[in-house]
Amino acid sequence: MERLTPPGAPIVWHELTVLELVEETAHAKTIVLDRSGWPGHVAGQHLDVRLTAEDGYQAERSYSIASAPEDERLELTVERIDDGEVSPYLADELRSGDRLEVRGPVGGHFTWRVEDGGPLLLVAGGSGLVPLMAMIRHRAARRATIDTRLLASSRTWDDLLYRDELSRMSGETGLTTQFTLTRARPPGWSGFDRRVDAEMLTLVGPRVSERPRIFVCGPTAFVESVADALVGIGHPPGAIHAERFGPS
Amino acid sequence: MAPISRGFHGRRRDDVDPARVPPGQYVVNDFPVLSAGPTPRTPLDQWSFAIGGEVGGEASWTWEQFLALPSETFTVDIHCVTKWSKLGTHWTGVSIDTLLEGVETEAGYVTAWSDGGYTTNLSLADLTAGRAWVVYDFDGEPLEAEHGGPARLLVPHLYFWKSAKWVRGLRFTAADEPGFWEQAGYNNHGDPWKEERYWSD
Repeated sequence: MERLTPPGAPIVWHELTVLELVEETAHAKTIVLDRSGWPGHVAGQHLDVRLTAEDGYQAERSYSIASAPEDERLELTVERIDDGEVSPYLADELRSGDRLEVRGPVGGHFTWRVEDGGPLLLVAGGSGLVPLMAMIRHRAARRATIDTRLLASSRTWDDLLYRDELSRMSGETGLTTQFTLTRARPPGWSGFDRRVDAEMLTLVGPRVSERPRIFVCGPTAFVESVADALVGIGHPPGAIHAERFGPS
Repeated sequence: MAPISRGFHGRRRDDVDPARVPPGQYVVNDFPVLSAGPTPRTPLDQWSFAIGGEVGGEASWTWEQFLALPSETFTVDIHCVTKWSKLGTHWTGVSIDTLLEGVETEAGYVTAWSDGGYTTNLSLADLTAGRAWVVYDFDGEPLEAEHGGPARLLVPHLYFWKSAKWVRGLRFTAADEPGFWEQAGYNNHGDPWKEERYWSD
């Protein structure tokens, strides 16, 4: 495994103001925060959110940061888990002007800076796209032309996060975005239509000999399967950065 | 005093004893998987467990020898730094005290190392006195690879990243040497009851 990001500022709680909520899909919202006081982050990192009820009861969860370090606002994209405790509050109850307690940034392994170089292979399952989007936005903010291939898997076209922004970006030098829709396709769909497999990764990704840095994020079963396939086609395990999230 | 989150009521679980849940944690019924890379799969005939580093006399066991060591079956609560806790988990494995019988060392620290390159550091005190094991069965079944099988370290009184998956050995060190997550912003010790999550906690 490669060397890791050294710690930066102390990881303490910050109270940030919600500026805006953006509906990304029927199941996901982006929470836009005023980043005053936020110490900054590296693309790929996450933060902790803490909610406090009137009687002092608290609940904490971790969410990936969607915005680039260069962005003026700090953004999280939260997928609503219907039987969850925190995500329904964030997606349905939170309003602009509310204050939100966050702690971070956290994580020094699933991170990428332009200085780290490429080529890059980013593989997303569902809302696993969020930390990879921070990397793509960071790359764009820095006007980097590093060979970057995104493969995003989604159930349907309407479930795909950031699809308009990604479509706009897809003409940028060096950036390739490809999608696979596993459940339903719009008429005339010309992208992939199955679960990510070794053949798809070979088609989309840089060659093994180019030694790409690989980031895979999604539900546990997705990451297990994609990481196994990547090892199977010859990528060194140490080049594969994985971030898994469970159903809870 | 934390600010009140307008309109947040929370969903307290009445089936969980709050005294068993450390601060900032929530209880899950499933078993989430967290690891930094692909799941390594070492064939059992190539597996061994080794004790080395600053010790008088190294020790090593093959898979069959390891299974023949005196084992314990026990029930503990586990706590992941990503906030989930799982209560009442059942494991079978070998106590570190058993593995260290006959090992002589002045070293106060241990690096647990794993297939895939993962390391985590612990004080010897955190590994002994019946508080740590190398386990190979979960819930009466062989431990699945994605949960660290064939064998993982289990140190339930610390955050779960200290319970190294795919563990292959313990290396004694004179100085405390931060491991993988300990170099990546997480706490060097990781006591969930003191909420030692991140390096600055």
